[in-house]
Parts: sequence; structure tokens; C-alpha cells
Amino acid sequence: MELILESLFNSVAIGSVLLVAALGLAIVFGLMGVINLAHGELMMVGAYSTYVTQLIFKLPILKPFYDIYVLIAIIIAFIVSGTVGILLERTVIRRLYGSPLETLLATWGVSLILQQFVRSVPLAYATGCVITIFISLLFSTVIPQNLLQGNRRKLIKTGALGTSAAAGVLTASALASLVSKLSRASSRNVDVTAPPWMRGGVDVLGMTFPKTRLLIIVITIISVVAVSIFLNKSVWGVRIRAVTQNRDMSECLGISTESVDVITFGIGSGLAGVAGVAVSLLGSVGPNVGGNYIVGCFMVVVLGGVGNLLGTVIASFSIGLMTDLIGAGRLLTIWPNMPQPLASTVDFFSTTSMARVMIFALIVGFLQYRPAGLFPQKGRMVES
Amino acid sequence: MTELLLELKGITVKFGGFKALDDLDLILKAGELRAVIGPNGAGKTTFLDVITGKVRPDEGDVLFKGKSILKQREHRIARLGIGRKFQSPRVFEKLSVFDNLALAAAWPKKPMPLLLESTKRAETERINQLMSIVNLQTKSNVLAGSLSHGQKQWLEISMLVAQKPDLLLVDEPVAGLTDEETDLTADLLKSLAGENTVLVIDHDMDFIRRLNSPISVLHQGHVLCEGDMKTIQTDRRVIEVYLGQPEQEIL
Amino acid sequence: MNNSRILKRRLSLILWVVIIAALVSAPAILPVFRLNLLGRYLSLAIVALGVDLIWGFTGLLSLGQGIFFALGGYCAAMYLQLNSAGEFPNRIPEFFGLYGVKQLPFFWEPFHSPFFTLIAIWLIPAVIAALLGFLVFRNRIKGVYFSILTQAALLVFFNLFNGQQKLINGTNGLKTDVTFLFGQLVGSESVQRWLFWITALLVILAWSFSSWIVRGRFGNVLIGIRDDESRIRFTGYNPTLFKTIIFAIAGGLAGISGALYTVQSGIVSPQFMTVPFSIEMVIWVAVGGRGTLIGAILGAVVINYAKSLVSEALPASWMFIQGGLFILVVTALPQGVLGWIQGNGPRNLLSRLGISRYTATYPKLDIDQSQEIEL
Repeated sequence: MELILESLFNSVAIGSVLLVAALGLAIVFGLMGVINLAHGELMMVGAYSTYVTQLIFKLPILKPFYDIYVLIAIIIAFIVSGTVGILLERTVIRRLYGSPLETLLATWGVSLILQQFVRSVPLAYATGCVITIFISLLFSTVIPQNLLQGNRRKLIKTGALGTSAAAGVLTASALASLVSKLSRASSRNVDVTAPPWMRGGVDVLGMTFPKTRLLIIVITIISVVAVSIFLNKSVWGVRIRAVTQNRDMSECLGISTESVDVITFGIGSGLAGVAGVAVSLLGSVGPNVGGNYIVGCFMVVVLGGVGNLLGTVIASFSIGLMTDLIGAGRLLTIWPNMPQPLASTVDFFSTTSMARVMIFALIVGFLQYRPAGLFPQKGRMVES
Repeated sequence: MTELLLELKGITVKFGGFKALDDLDLILKAGELRAVIGPNGAGKTTFLDVITGKVRPDEGDVLFKGKSILKQREHRIARLGIGRKFQSPRVFEKLSVFDNLALAAAWPKKPMPLLLESTKRAETERINQLMSIVNLQTKSNVLAGSLSHGQKQWLEISMLVAQKPDLLLVDEPVAGLTDEETDLTADLLKSLAGENTVLVIDHDMDFIRRLNSPISVLHQGHVLCEGDMKTIQTDRRVIEVYLGQPEQEIL
Repeated sequence: MNNSRILKRRLSLILWVVIIAALVSAPAILPVFRLNLLGRYLSLAIVALGVDLIWGFTGLLSLGQGIFFALGGYCAAMYLQLNSAGEFPNRIPEFFGLYGVKQLPFFWEPFHSPFFTLIAIWLIPAVIAALLGFLVFRNRIKGVYFSILTQAALLVFFNLFNGQQKLINGTNGLKTDVTFLFGQLVGSESVQRWLFWITALLVILAWSFSSWIVRGRFGNVLIGIRDDESRIRFTGYNPTLFKTIIFAIAGGLAGISGALYTVQSGIVSPQFMTVPFSIEMVIWVAVGGRGTLIGAILGAVVINYAKSLVSEALPASWMFIQGGLFILVVTALPQGVLGWIQGNGPRNLLSRLGISRYTATYPKLDIDQSQEIEL
């Protein structure tokens, strides 16, 4: 009983990290046909945002609120990664709709740049950059259209840009002077420490579950629920799905496909940021932290079937379950008297890295029967 | 010449809850020229998809030369002798006109012979002959992508012929062609029938009339009626389908 | 058409003269360190040729060529290690001693034979590529799904090799520079010079082989698969078969490339199977010009040489440059540098800058005339 409970918890824990990481990817891939190899780096950005938030909350003024910094970090990470994602969409990806292989290569280039960026730019200045971009993006949506039409257009635009740049520079210099750790570039890994109330575990039925893991599970559940409500119930959700199905027709119906692209990609990237918070709670944060997750996320998407939230959920948890069953050698504990050759095989695969090997083989095997994943899209248009 | 070439028995295809084809029966004799018409969404393209193996029907069977071809994969069906022209012209745009035809004419279609041998003399002659039929002989080395729409249609039809199929399935060959080109296409298809069996799908009535062949009318996934142009034009059900039900009858 | 074809022919002739002149003069001009680097980059050109065959011609973007590259390298390294293991305990390679292994693992045995090794270097990667490819292509998994699966396969092979210390020295890899070939130290200057010549020769052989494949009807089928796979299928070809074959060929080329790279860099390790390295291979081809074989060769050599020069001068900037290259080549130069030149890119650029040059008034007329003469 305990064994099953422990195994189940581990599976859910592994699966929920995968799920929250793959969720944004599944949205961007499923709804926009964009293969975002920089998704891992957007997670990395989210993880670094958590780190910066943590350091800011250690400042004397904010010290009393230190306990809730993780919760605020989730929102900040969503915004920061979303901002970077929108910048990416506006500059690169919008030119590449309809050719997924090209998006794959271009976003890989972006991921290299992002990795090197956090290595060579001090985090304080990086924060400044993000704030500049964020405020100027905000301006472009907030300023009423009629103000942008007259001959004052240039003035207003320059003013908006200047304001956001000034805000960025101010934040950057303030951060750099207040927090010395943020003022130097470093390629070394950093650590995010959980606030005291999140350390330790919860005892249930004589077992201890780590609180950070539980928090990640909660974050995942909230993200999935929020995304599915957004996509299925909100006005923007309908528009997004409409654009996915027929871009030209949607445009004819007066849907601004550009805004839809921005919002979809922004949300996908923002979710990567949330995943980044989860990842930062599990281990140290470095420029390469995203790369460890990206292939797993893609496996989830492939296994779940494209454009299907339920498929993504089920695929994540089944991969989580498999990882736990194979990687921890649970089969041997469940069935101790296994015949020798089988037992040594199970033993051979009972490390995390070898479990990956096995899971890949199983996924390829599964695709022999269901090439389009668990929940394939049906219809006449699928193949062409 | 009267043996059965193709037999469709009770074909039903469902996409989700929607029946694209519903208990469809159709028989083609060898050497026949047959036109299939029908309003949009009648299942014309799905019907070709079933014959060429792109779509597996949920029920029914397809017999070609007396044998079921349901379990065969597309390229096998093509090698058995069923050639297909797609709705919008699909030629290999980055290859020259000659190479396009050579790909269609090549036999056997296996990797090793293709790698080790070049196009045979008989094939080259045939290709030149085909190019002169469709007026492309001056374009032999031109990339197919730079041809006009009508030339692409003809190139695709001649590719189909180069494949030497017993059954030619031609999907909307005159879409986007000028009147003159349409007439030439009709004559070309007529000249192919007899030696080959030809099934043409279109909804250009002038073109169909010019084909002067038996017609099957498809509606909501099954054959509504069959016969020559006159029979079809006077058939009440066909008129209803195309023009809508006369109002007084509803009342 | 005719004009541009002559131009193209002249262009590739000039390119070849330059390449061969560079190859012949390189050993005389370059110091051994640079020559060795050039040799390594030339061996990378062979894997790039394979990437071009599957991606540029057939439209299959594999992000897992590192698997086959590394397998070729491991085959060569295993032979060299066994060949020089005479003086070590149990007459097996030294590293086994570290993990207390006394018996040579069974799959090492055949690598005692140099002939087996020479065949295994390309055959083993080719067979594994064929198997993997067949399983994927059979189900019509293509496009990005294929890319993702090859990337996952890469990660799997990385984990497989990285974790097996007792079988293959795990993450440390196998060293070759301290082993012996014909009684000579592989890392020595004279052997390295020989390896340079062998590499240069093999690049030319691989190029001729690849262009033989793509020139004829087989190549036309590949292009057909790339541009319209279902049309190829309805024409009576089995795309699965063709794709499997070309993927296996690319795998074999990657194996040869990996073996040459290993013996010139002195080590093979799971690092050859990291995700970035395999994607880099794609960028060499993309920058050089996909669909042009010379583009793949030039791309591999030039970009890697640039990489080593830039990394020596400004270590941090290479990642930015490389990232920028990916974005640039996808958004602005989709046909690569060679494709850009062949597609009249320079002339278009000039005319865009306001410097227009002579253009034929009736280009179409020109074409028809020339064709009629040919007939």
C-alpha cells in the first residue's frame, strides 16, 4: 500500500513538472504550428525571474513579505517569459507561420542567444531590458488609436519609447546598486531557496511528501484548469481556435489574427515561465536548465497528439508513471522473484537516464500503432 | 471489352458523425469513359480517395479487375494500374517537364533500377510523343513550376497517361482553363477512352456534354442516378438537387 | 535559362578549382595545428553531405545525425584501442581496469579485425539509421515529428553511451591519440598528415557518390518526395523505401565522417551526441545552401573555421553569432549563400541598391529558342 502510494506520488510529481513544462509548448505547437525550441530557454528565463524576485524580496523593505515571494514570482515569471515570447513572436516567428521546420531552426538560434545572454549580461541589466520591452509593448496596446493618427504620432511614439527605456535603465541601475549579486555577469548556476514554510514535508498515512513537490502539483493543476477555461470559455479562446482552423476566414470575420498570434504565443511563453518557477524549486538554475526538459516536453506533445489538452495531460502522467516504474526499478520491488534474465534487464534500465532510453523505445513502439498519438485529429484535411 | 474493371460495393466512409459516402455502388466496364458529377460536398473527391487507397472505407469493398484492393497501399494500387489526377494541378515544380514525365513513365519503380539505369529509349520516345500531344515539346527542359496553369493541367494528365494505367481517374481537369483548352482536354480524354478506362469528375456542364459519355450523379455520398446527358437533365431528383426543391411541392 | 546554366557551370568550376588548389596547398602552407583543424572540418563536410541528401533533397530534417557520427567514431576508436591494448592487464584497453572489468565485452571482439572495422564504420550507422528510419517512415511520421523523434533518439543514444562506464567508458569516451596504427602514434604529426590526405580524398569521393545519387531519376524521386509526397505515392513509388534508403546512406556518411573526425581530434565521447552539435550540422548545410552539395561542404568547412577563429578571439560571442546565423538564414536566406548566388541574389541586391544591370527584355523568348535548337 505504502509502496503504491509512494510510487503514485512520484509519478504524479514527475508528470506534473513535465505537464506544466509541456503545456505552453503544446499550445504553441498545437494552435500555431510553431516548433519552439526556445521553450526551454523561456523556462530558464522564468527560473531566473524567480531567482531575481527572491533576491529583491530579501531587501530590507520587502523582507516582511519574503514568505510569499514564490507566489509573486509565479506571476512575475509569467509576465517576463511572456514578454520575451511576444518579442520573439513579433520579430522572428511572425515571418515563419506555416513552415514549422523553419520555426524550429530559428527558435534554436534564439535559444542559443538567450543562453549566452544570461551568461554575459548581468541579471540587473537583463531585468532592465525586459522592463523596457514590457512597458513599450504595454504602450502600444494602451495608447488609443486616434492619438496615433495625427502629426503628433512620431512624438508620442518616441515619448513612449523614451519612457520605457528610462524605466528600464532606472530599474537596472537601482537593482545593480541594491543587490550586488545581480550586478555581475556569471555563467555559474544559482540556487533558489524556498521560504521556510515550504521546506519539509507533509505527513500522510505515515509517508512524507515534500511540500515543494506538492506546490508544483498545485501550480500545474491551476495552470491546466486556467488554460482549458481560457481556451474553451473565453472570447479570445474562441478566436484563437478559429484562427487555428482557418486563418483567412477568421480575418474576413474581423478577427485580428495578429493579436491572436501575440496572445497565443504570449500565453504559451508565459506558461513556460511558470514552469520555470517549478523547475527552479527542484534544483539549481543555470543557462542550460531548459535544455534538460525540452526533449521530454516534445515527447509529451507527440505522445498526446497535437492540439489536444487532455492528450497532453494523460501523456505527461503516463511518462511520469513509466519513469518512476522503470527508473526506480519498482518492478523488482513489486515482483521480487522475477526470473534472472528479466531481473537483470530491469536492473539495467533502473537509472533515470536508462529509463529515458526505455521510454523512448516504448513511445516509438506505441507510435507504430497510433502514429498520430493518443488523440489524433480526424478528418479529410489531416494529411494534406 | 465488356469485362468489369472496377466495382464499388456499398462503400460507406464516415468522418466523425458525418457520412461522406453512404452505401455507394458503382461499376465501370473496361474501355468506358464515365463522367461523375455532383454538387459540392457530394463526396466526389472522397470517392476517388477510396479507390486510390488514401481513405479506407468503414464498410464496403472495392474490386479492381475482380480482386479486392482495399488492403493495398497507395503506391501498390497505382502500380496495379490506377492513375489519379488531382483537383488542383500537382506536378513536381522543381523538376523539368521531361523529368516529371520520366518519373511517371519509369518502370519498374524500385530504387535500384532507378539508381543504376537511365530512362530507356522506348520511354523517351513515349515521353516525346506525349509532350507533342499536349503541346509541351518545346518546354521539355523547363521547370514544371514555371508553366501556366493550363499547361500544368495538361502535364499532369500526360503524366497520368505515361504511367500506363488501365484506369484513369481525372479530378476536375478543366478547372481554370480557357474554353479552347477545355475543348482540347475533352477531346484528349475522349481519345484516351477505349484503350484505357477513364473516369472524369467535374461540374463544368459544357465540358461534360462535350465528353458525350454516360454520367453518374453523386449526391450526399451515394449515386443518385446514371444515364446519358438527356436522362440526367430530365431526371426530377437531379433537378431538385441542383436547383432546390420546387416550393409548391413542399406546400 | 541557357545563360544562367553556363554561369552556374562556370561558378561551380571556379569553386572546384579553388577547393582543390586549397586542399593541395594546405599541407605546405598551414602549420600542423591548423592543418589538423582543417582536416577535422573536412571530415565534418562528409556528415554535412548526408544532411544535405536527407534535408536538402528529400526534405527530412534529422536532428539526430550525431548518433551515426558518434557510432562511426566509436567503431574506429574501439579498433585503435584494441590494437594498442597488448601491454595492458588482461590484454584489454586500459580503462576497463578502472572499473574492474576483466573480460572484454562481447561486442568489442569483432573490432580486433581492421577489415571488419573499416566496414563497420559505415555499415553499423547505416543499418541503425535504416531501422530507425523504417519504423518512423512506415507510419508516415514526417516533417517536424520526424525531427522531434530523431532528436529524442539522439538523447537516448547519448544516455545509453554516457551511462555505460563498464562497457564503453561512459562519459569519458575513448581516446585515440595515444593509440598506435601501423606502429605509429595516431596523434603524431606524420599520421595526422596522412589522415588529412585521406580525409580530403574521402570528401571528394563522398561528394561524387552523393552527386551520382541525386543526379539521376533516383534523385528526382527524392525531390518529388520533398515537394509532394502523396503525389509520388500515387505515381506508384513507395516513399518509405526511398526515404529509408537515403536516411541509411546519410547515416553511413555520418559514420565515415565521425571516424575521420575522431582519429583527428584524438577522442570520441558521448559529447558527439549532444543536441546542439547535431543541430549545428543543419546550419552548416543551411548557410552553404541546401540542395547544393558543394554548399554543404563549404558551409561545414567555412563555418567551423570561422567558429574556431572567433572562439579564439572572443569566446562569448560565438553563441550570439551562431544564433544570429540560424535566424538570418531562415528568415533572409532560405536557400543559403550558394542558392542566393545561383538565384541571381547578387544582381537583385545590386538593383535594389540602385545599380541596375542589363536584363533581357523577353526572357521567355530566349528560353523557347534555345530549347528548339536543342531538340
